[in-house]
Amino acid sequence: MPTQIPLVDYLELGDAPHLVAQECTACGARYFDRRNACAGCFGTEFRSVPVGTEGTLRSFTIVAHAAPGVATPFVAGVVDVDGTSVKSNIINIPPDPEHVRLGMKVRLATLVVGTDDAGTDAIGFGFEPAEGD
Amino acid sequence: MAADDIWILGIRMTKFGKHPDRDTIDLAAEASMAALADGGVTMADIGILAFGNLRGPSTGQMLQKQIGQTGIPVFNVANACATGATALRTAIMAIKAGECEMGLAVGVEKLAGAGLLSGNAAQSDVNVYEPSGRVGEVAPLDGRIGTVTMPGVFAQVGMEYLYNHDYTGAEFELFARISQKNHAHSTLNPLAAYTKEMSLEQIMGDVMIAYPNTRSMCSANCDGAAAAVLVSDQKLRTLSARQQARAIKIRASVLTSDPWQEACQVLPDVNTLTRAAAKQAYEAAGVGPEDLDLVELHDCFATAELVHYDNLGLCAPGGAVDLFESGATNRNGNMPVNVSGGLESKGHPIAATGIANVWEVCHHLRGEAGDRQIDGARMGLAHVIGLGSACGVHILESASA
Repeated sequence: MPTQIPLVDYLELGDAPHLVAQECTACGARYFDRRNACAGCFGTEFRSVPVGTEGTLRSFTIVAHAAPGVATPFVAGVVDVDGTSVKSNIINIPPDPEHVRLGMKVRLATLVVGTDDAGTDAIGFGFEPAEGD
Repeated sequence: MAADDIWILGIRMTKFGKHPDRDTIDLAAEASMAALADGGVTMADIGILAFGNLRGPSTGQMLQKQIGQTGIPVFNVANACATGATALRTAIMAIKAGECEMGLAVGVEKLAGAGLLSGNAAQSDVNVYEPSGRVGEVAPLDGRIGTVTMPGVFAQVGMEYLYNHDYTGAEFELFARISQKNHAHSTLNPLAAYTKEMSLEQIMGDVMIAYPNTRSMCSANCDGAAAAVLVSDQKLRTLSARQQARAIKIRASVLTSDPWQEACQVLPDVNTLTRAAAKQAYEAAGVGPEDLDLVELHDCFATAELVHYDNLGLCAPGGAVDLFESGATNRNGNMPVNVSGGLESKGHPIAATGIANVWEVCHHLRGEAGDRQIDGARMGLAHVIGLGSACGVHILESASA
């Protein structure tokens, strides 16, 4: 049984994988990285909050040309999760504009993005088409 | 003339394109000496030098050694794709502050053959995963959590606009037609890097970079420089009638950064700061978009041009597609946009762009634009945006207005 490590620290693995944001306790602004003060209201207190796993695809691009070592094509997009914007790949869908559509409903999914020499799997995330869409 | 007005006395851009035998100093020197000659002055008249060369290796001091060392203060500025506009703004502020009567702003870049400008370092995973960086990543994130490439980022900017305004048409073709307009405009600009008209089929059939942006819908990496001589109103009054007649009044010079918005941490927000810059500029100038005879805006990608129609107030809110479809932004329309060919064909030598677009507008306001002259142009707007973000907006008016 290989061990696992999240690709980024704001992805929480386990039975119900989800993203975790740092939320400003004063104004509710959310960040996926650390801030000294809230960029919106300058508040300095943050709490960890779980981000939902279902959302709407607000924008996307299909990247055909990227840096060496980056597998193409892939779909990159912005998912609106109940008012929290999440940057993500859109996965488990053919990477073409006939299948990927603005406004489509998507849900969080995890995937193995690599395995290191110690046998540890790096687990990344993406959003995939939600059932019924 | 009003006492606190600042004027452009001389301004020039080099030919944009490939200059394999010339370095950044050569190009900056050509543009600077041409701008000085255009203004009828020399380095002896200049009280401040603001210099931008984002990707190096040159500095304003190196330029001075090439064209004239007088001991004046040099400000080397960097502000992403708004670097040229920032150099211009720096010189303007120095004159406005009363530090000097005349300033020189220069932007130069060598980019021919540069390829993608972000995310283009070869990526490789480490042997044993160890979290590092600001989000504790264990492997490179480009391509795994979205894209950092500019064509991909700006593709999303354009697509988001369509989503926000419930566009149901053929998006790929819409953006390709914007590019087609700018490539058609470029055929009249001898200083553009590319001057070929392109059919819709050629543009849509070109190499796909990041849907919906194909190669010909992306700004062209190229070499080039641009420079401007700025002068105070008081000093201009002491110069010749010809210098005064060709001087261009800066009705507004604005630089903004992006205020916090909910989504700006995941997709750069190029809209809010452009809207703010435009609003401040129109207020400072006491004019509105309806007073503009031409606009040079930052079409770093075809998808970007669309959103800036709206951001600059050239259309009713949400009306960017309708504005474009009406033909208004063609050079024969009533709101000509990017008659230079835009960054997609004129080219985008980063630090030069924010002065070259001002040169284009000045060229028309002086009635010196030859075949591509917008007849009777009296007032124009130049806009640039650099990701991160920085936005520069200048509103310019001819002296005879």
